[in-house]
Amino acid sequence: MIEVRGLTKRYGEVTAVSGLSFDVMPGKVTGFLGPNGAGKTTTMRLILGLDYPNAGTVTIDGKHYASLAYPMREVGALLDARAVHGGRSAYNHLLCLAQTNNLPRKRVGEVLELVGLTEVARKRAKGFSLGMSQRLGIAGTLLGDPKVLMFDEPVNGLDPEGILWIRNLMKALAAEGRTVFVSSHLMSEMQNTADRLIVIGRGRLLAECTMEEFIARSSGQTVRVATPQADQLAKAVAEAGGSAVSGDNGTLIVSGLVAAQVGDLAFEHGVRLHELTVVLASLEAAFMELTADSVEYRAGAEGAQGQPAGPGQPREPREPPQQLAAHGRPGDDGRS
Amino acid sequence: MATTTRQAPVLPAPSGRAGFGGTLRSEFTKIRSVRSTYWTLLVLLAVSVGIGAAISALSASGWSNTPPADRTPLDATQLSIAALLILGQLVIVVPGALVLTAEYSTGMIRTSLIAMPRRIVIYVAKAVAFAAVALAVSLATAFIAFFLGQSLLASTHQSATLAGHDVLRALVGSALYITLCGLFAFAAAAIIRNTAGTITAMIGLLFVLPVLVNLLPWHNDLVRWLPSSAARAISATVWNSGPQNSHLFSPWDQFAVFAVYTAVLLVVGGILFRKRDA
Repeated sequence: MIEVRGLTKRYGEVTAVSGLSFDVMPGKVTGFLGPNGAGKTTTMRLILGLDYPNAGTVTIDGKHYASLAYPMREVGALLDARAVHGGRSAYNHLLCLAQTNNLPRKRVGEVLELVGLTEVARKRAKGFSLGMSQRLGIAGTLLGDPKVLMFDEPVNGLDPEGILWIRNLMKALAAEGRTVFVSSHLMSEMQNTADRLIVIGRGRLLAECTMEEFIARSSGQTVRVATPQADQLAKAVAEAGGSAVSGDNGTLIVSGLVAAQVGDLAFEHGVRLHELTVVLASLEAAFMELTADSVEYRAGAEGAQGQPAGPGQPREPREPPQQLAAHGRPGDDGRS
Repeated sequence: MATTTRQAPVLPAPSGRAGFGGTLRSEFTKIRSVRSTYWTLLVLLAVSVGIGAAISALSASGWSNTPPADRTPLDATQLSIAALLILGQLVIVVPGALVLTAEYSTGMIRTSLIAMPRRIVIYVAKAVAFAAVALAVSLATAFIAFFLGQSLLASTHQSATLAGHDVLRALVGSALYITLCGLFAFAAAAIIRNTAGTITAMIGLLFVLPVLVNLLPWHNDLVRWLPSSAARAISATVWNSGPQNSHLFSPWDQFAVFAVYTAVLLVVGGILFRKRDA
């Protein structure tokens, strides 16, 4: 487990991270979200001891990164796939990393095989595409067979095949019981991979929760209804205090009422329903709302009442029916 | 591409702690696995041996064209390795700096520090690995230049042999001097973190500073404190009382001046390498 406590980092005048505290739990994919410039990379650098914090501490299973006996066996981290000496071959790059942690030489061949770079093992890294560099970087993180993996914006700039590969890899790693901590500014990416979320904006923690909690918090939950009697239902919804707008293909998008209420209304008014679906806010929308509020709040003055978590109506903690793509849960990772 | 699912225990159980030994091996791997190592060291060898041969040949012909009465004794050993000392010292700063600055310019330093976060271990391992390679190449170069130079100087009957007075000290000392120049550049690189800046600083220190000091009226009192004076003292086998040497310390003492500078700079570089954000 990674424990971050009161982390603060200033670069000159700029405060990149401010009083940040959170935990990264084992055996899960934890998404680390925030807009560009929110302090995600800085936080990761602080966790790994590349930069020193002005205040606060970071421990990995209770230890500072620099005092881990074999750092690569505990943590595999990839901050920048291009942070490689381009003149060195893939094999030698991995070999010099492996040697620092007394890892056996044959492990280099294994991880190259694992990421599909065996055939270019002797090629110099400067000729690699971004996707290949990413694979090389990930091979490096896997060398020590670590319990914790950290990736900073791993899908940035990758083609769809590369994105899918990374996504499946992260799920597979978490399914093996590893801690996976992955940053992104792309909410849609997290929606497909993360179990838990840590959201930061301007160096401050905005949310630390499960994916479901995060979505439920947002105010964007609606009910989609398909009915041949749309006008009649819209009127009934309005009378009941909700609001309805036309969606695609003649559907209605109802907000302000939960699905059960809409169903009851339809029954009372003799409206036939062909579809009644809870539409969860996309993670993208929930995230925009959260960070936008935070930015507004911190920008000060006019946004007076600071409510970083958004004005979401109190939802019961019970999770609504899942409309999201399946989350990678430990154990259920049978797909390729 | 196929998914990566990973097999269970893939590594032998760890014992102890990642430390200096593995990191030193890693630094040797780094040095041998980039081309810049080979071409910089090849340049060192080619320039030192090639220009050295030219200097020896010219000295031999100059000697034969000088009336015997006007001849002054030649320091054949120093002549044969003069190119190594004057030009080689400038060449060696390039790989010395690159050991660190290439990591900063490519971003590899972050990858290295994630793999081995105990920074002093990396710093010392880099210095030791580089120094070992630099010393080996400098020694080989010094001996090749020496033997080639002596054969070219044979006609003067002034040529030296390894058994000659102070000859081994001059050869080994010169190789050590070249190694120190590289280490000095390494330490400067830890402070400057930039290849061009480090090389410029080193050329200023080793090449320009002696010229500037020479212009000063009290240069005779300063010359023994210059880093580059170590080269002149350590390579001399004919310790004549000429103006050249009279203001210098004895060879090893003069060498020690530079060694102390280098040690101080290595400590400063190490402290900064340890303290600064990567």
